[in-house]
Amino acid sequence: MKGRFTPKVVTANDLRLGDVVYLTANDRWSRHHHEAELIEDEAHAQLRLIHAAAQKLTVVGAYLADAKAGPNGPEPTHFREEFRTRGPSNYPHGKQAELN
Amino acid sequence: MYSYSDFDEAFVRERVAQFSQQVERRLDGSLSEDEFRPLRLMNGLYLQLHAYMLRVAIPYGTLNPSQMRQLAYIAETWDKGYGHFTTRQNIQFNWPKLEDVPAILSALADVEMHAIQTSGNCVRNVTSDHFAGAAADEIEDPRPVAELLRQWSTDHPEFQFLPRKFKIAITGSPNDRAVTKAHDIGLRMVRNSAGEPGFEVIVGGGLGRTPMIGHTVRDFLPKADLLPYVEAVLSVYNTLGRRDNKYKARIKITVHETGVEEISRMIEDRFAELRPLFGGNDQKLLAEIEEAFAPPAFKVTSTEAYDAFYKADPVFRAWADTNLTAHRNAQYAIVTVSLKAHGATPGDATAEQMRVLADLAETYGHSELRISHEQNVILPHVHKGDLPAVHAALHKAGLGTANVGLISDIIACPGMDYCALATARSIPVAQEIATRFDALKLEHDIGPLKIKISGCINACGHHHVGHIGILGLDRAGVENYQITLGGDGTETAAIGEKTGPGFAYDEIVPAIERIVGAYLEHREGPEETFLMAYRRLGMAPFKAALYDAEGDRDAA
Ligand code: SF4
Repeated sequence: MKGRFTPKVVTANDLRLGDVVYLTANDRWSRHHHEAELIEDEAHAQLRLIHAAAQKLTVVGAYLADAKAGPNGPEPTHFREEFRTRGPSNYPHGKQAELN
Repeated sequence: MYSYSDFDEAFVRERVAQFSQQVERRLDGSLSEDEFRPLRLMNGLYLQLHAYMLRVAIPYGTLNPSQMRQLAYIAETWDKGYGHFTTRQNIQFNWPKLEDVPAILSALADVEMHAIQTSGNCVRNVTSDHFAGAAADEIEDPRPVAELLRQWSTDHPEFQFLPRKFKIAITGSPNDRAVTKAHDIGLRMVRNSAGEPGFEVIVGGGLGRTPMIGHTVRDFLPKADLLPYVEAVLSVYNTLGRRDNKYKARIKITVHETGVEEISRMIEDRFAELRPLFGGNDQKLLAEIEEAFAPPAFKVTSTEAYDAFYKADPVFRAWADTNLTAHRNAQYAIVTVSLKAHGATPGDATAEQMRVLADLAETYGHSELRISHEQNVILPHVHKGDLPAVHAALHKAGLGTANVGLISDIIACPGMDYCALATARSIPVAQEIATRFDALKLEHDIGPLKIKISGCINACGHHHVGHIGILGLDRAGVENYQITLGGDGTETAAIGEKTGPGFAYDEIVPAIERIVGAYLEHREGPEETFLMAYRRLGMAPFKAALYDAEGDRDAA
């Protein structure tokens, strides 16, 4: 499998609130992972990351996170990213409360 | 209680004003994140997984009721109605918005609190025995010295850019409740042959990636020499400490690489240079601070109510047996209020609970509160006659759990539910262990047992010194928990030993159950605690219980 690119999404934290956001294909920052642009090409991923990192007044700490295609859009593959889509497990705080 | 000087007040206010402007400049784009990050960290503001987090220092764990009420107010006004007490005697707010932080800092300054030096490569919040000033076994209250160290280290020009962060812990008792042997400098009060109080100075302890028990560099340091001596230690470290490699930058590595003898010699040499430069002003200041820490006017009245309740009420008795500690005044007791209700998040208190605690401290506790590194709240001075009333009020507020020192009194760091550095969750593991052993109704039979859980190798949950330590790791994209046994954070400090391969998230609670089962089976009697049994038996029976379980099942 060497050399095969794992699909990515661009994710960051919102500058003002600190909550998790995802870059969409039409250059919005969404609170929902499934609205993110699923990037399947490495060069494109780098371009999108540079684009994200330049938005200093909107987001902090943009990075590329592994993801995979799902029925409703991209899904996280690692448990850390999965937790980031929801919020903490000890209280119904964060996205799991705010987005429902 | 100690009150800030005008200098402190002006300094803290100035920092709040500076930070307000820095936040504004970040929000209007004149500061980039790279420029802003060190500034926000200097003020205790982190960016975590789901939100910002503000860490507020509670120097030597001491709070008065109005400070506790202010924390409640902040939790309600700018956060989600609760706060999280940490293993470094800090409180963390998990959900502040960036633009609200200046207002929070200003609210803190109103009650003489701040978030300065809770981050960065400086001397961090000095931690202390949470029973300081009250414990029956104490030589002297260590907090005046802690306060002296706080004043000396705050904004000290030479020590703002150390090779790495620097943590000092201090205890006035021979029984070490402040984990002094796992700090960069640990100070343990002892008496010399003439009966004078001084300090055993322990250097180079620490947990994290390379856990080490500190080394004694001075058996007895006269109290008056403390500040120049600590400065000598820092000065040697500042020169020798490695700035080339973050993982080798803590003083524990410096001590390890230089050798205890050589570094002791260097400290003594530097001390000889520094000592004459301290003209006695530090001692004058210390004397003033000591006055401010004078013990409260203890009342003298009947303790009958306590005796009657103790006899008549089994719920009160269970609580008294686990949550009270001997006070230096025989009519008084030290109350540890458990923030570990079974199934709750260790160390969390709601705004409502903070207010109840503040009220109780005011009414029954000489207006003193403490936060322990074990993430509980202490009422250090409660007259025994008032204990039934205190217990009833705590019980009503969901704070009456009788489990201090037992298996459900777990230390857990925030782990991957909050912390950006985490490799696995720790809070739900703590919740499930506590719930499980509560359901088994076994914890009072099991007796003293400290479980400590960290969500990554940084070891904020002190897992290395837990009788049972649990470390959450990421193994090939799955949460995996490594167990250590036999750790000890007291004067008989030891680093726990790994049992073997780790356990998956859904296997960790059953694994802990098997360890406890092995202990109950092999102990000589209830007087032999888990730690004593481990020291007598070694790893073998626990390993067998952990890893041969499948074989046993086949044989059965
Ligand atoms: S031990 Fe790791 S996961 Fe836990 S609080 Fe510290 S840095 Fe975060």
